[in-house]
Amino acid sequence: MLSVKDLVVNYGAIQAIKKVSFEIHTGEIVTLIGANGAGKSTILHTISGIMRPVSGQVTYLDRQIQKVSAPKIVQAGISQVPEGRHIFPGLSVQENLQMGAFLRKDRRNIAQAYEDVYNYFPVLKQRRHQDAATLSGGEQQMLAMGRALMAAPKLMLLDEPSMGLAPIFINEIFDIIRAINAAGTTVLLIEQNANKALSIANRGYVLASGEIKLSGTGQELLANTAVQKAYLGG
Amino acid sequence: MKANFKYNISWLAVMVIGFVAIDACEFLGIINTFIENMLVTIGINIILATGLNLIIGFSGQFSLGHAGFMAIGAYATGIMTQTIATPLGFYLSMVIGIVIAMIAALIVGIPTLRLRGDYLAIATMGAAEIIRILINNLKITNGAAGLFNIPPLVTWATVYVLMCLTTIVTVNFIHSRNGRAIMSVREDEIAAEAMGINPTRWKLAAFVFGAATAAIGGSLHAAYIQTIAPGDFNIMASIAILIIVVLGGVGSITGTFVAAIVLGALDTILQNFGTLRMIIYSLALILIMIFKPSGLLGNWELSFKHLGIHQRKEQSIHE
Repeated sequence: MLSVKDLVVNYGAIQAIKKVSFEIHTGEIVTLIGANGAGKSTILHTISGIMRPVSGQVTYLDRQIQKVSAPKIVQAGISQVPEGRHIFPGLSVQENLQMGAFLRKDRRNIAQAYEDVYNYFPVLKQRRHQDAATLSGGEQQMLAMGRALMAAPKLMLLDEPSMGLAPIFINEIFDIIRAINAAGTTVLLIEQNANKALSIANRGYVLASGEIKLSGTGQELLANTAVQKAYLGG
Repeated sequence: MKANFKYNISWLAVMVIGFVAIDACEFLGIINTFIENMLVTIGINIILATGLNLIIGFSGQFSLGHAGFMAIGAYATGIMTQTIATPLGFYLSMVIGIVIAMIAALIVGIPTLRLRGDYLAIATMGAAEIIRILINNLKITNGAAGLFNIPPLVTWATVYVLMCLTTIVTVNFIHSRNGRAIMSVREDEIAAEAMGINPTRWKLAAFVFGAATAAIGGSLHAAYIQTIAPGDFNIMASIAILIIVVLGGVGSITGTFVAAIVLGALDTILQNFGTLRMIIYSLALILIMIFKPSGLLGNWELSFKHLGIHQRKEQSIHE
């Protein structure tokens, strides 16, 4: 579905991504794990069109998209749940969701999309008229995910969904990621919580200093001693 | 859509009642020329400040150049109605003023809306000064002397109707999907972009919309006061409009109304105090800012919807 080939991205003067290649197949959950500053978010921003690569290709459904603008990429079916949630604090929960469907023209299906989001996250329905700023951290993460779902994505990019959340919320969020995937959305999951991420992922890539060091299925990487040492506290 | 229509009709009814009330007072002699003059100034200020509030309060951009766009509207009317001194000529001149102001806003906005905060304020202030200095040096605008004897094609009723119209259009724009796109850019630009909302485009939309309302205010000002000069549209004029927005509450159109009325009345009452006037006026501003820093009304809006706010939100989103 999406393939990244020889991607090089600079962050100011620093080369943040050095020739990274990986692939995501339709229906998979793929995770990119790695420490802070490994370049995970940079890759994600490049896919979603917010940052531009120096060289390399991003191919999505047989189309090169590394030069396509962010709105067009959203329209093509890739939506992003940004790191740190980035909800719109002064808008209500429902207005936040409405903005997620901003580019959709099929008004009739949008009503259904609200229902789907409220099914995944019943708490958002209870709070739909509240300002998003009044939600707890976990609820805000749910809102960010719900908002991305409103665009009816084929591929969902999740940037550190577990960041700063209580363990009970982390489990809930990961269960929902699985459910979203089971309903037909391909997922690229970026995580520092390698244990959790690998346990739900079909495949994973380990990123360090802008390069892919290891790849394999979720189970393989979980069992890998080097990964255990570096990321799993083994 | 249906709900919005109902609220618009309710507001329209309020506006008609207001019109009849003012008309009756005029007829009974309660409103003399002096008070009428005050009411017209308030009305024009509301038009100007509503547009600026859209830029500052809802798109979150800090513009200090509102008087520049007002000048464009004023001069379009001043110049055109001297040859076509009919009401039709006035409305035509107003439309032309709006178009020129919107083009000017595009030219100013495309490069400057990438700037933030103080830089944007300085850039828009500079743009307004450029407009003023151009007017100061052109033959067609009669230079620094300005234009006199502009035909009096505007009555308080014209100002009132246009004030209602711009307010209705602005409020509906804010509550539309596009209005929320503008607010989402204010709330979080990165997230807005990730949703496929182009931040620069929507900031520009708000800026151009605001410039258009400024031009309307300028046209009315020129045709009512009948004389205009470049000095009327300097930085202090921009700041006077800004004061209304900030005092009323950034992001509250109701606040803009209240502040324009309070300041207009205060200004008129204080005329009896001579030179003390500006001191008392400034003191009043300072006091309000100390005790109510978010403005008189914060971002609170008067609304029929307060009675049934939940139903409304649901409906307006699903339609």
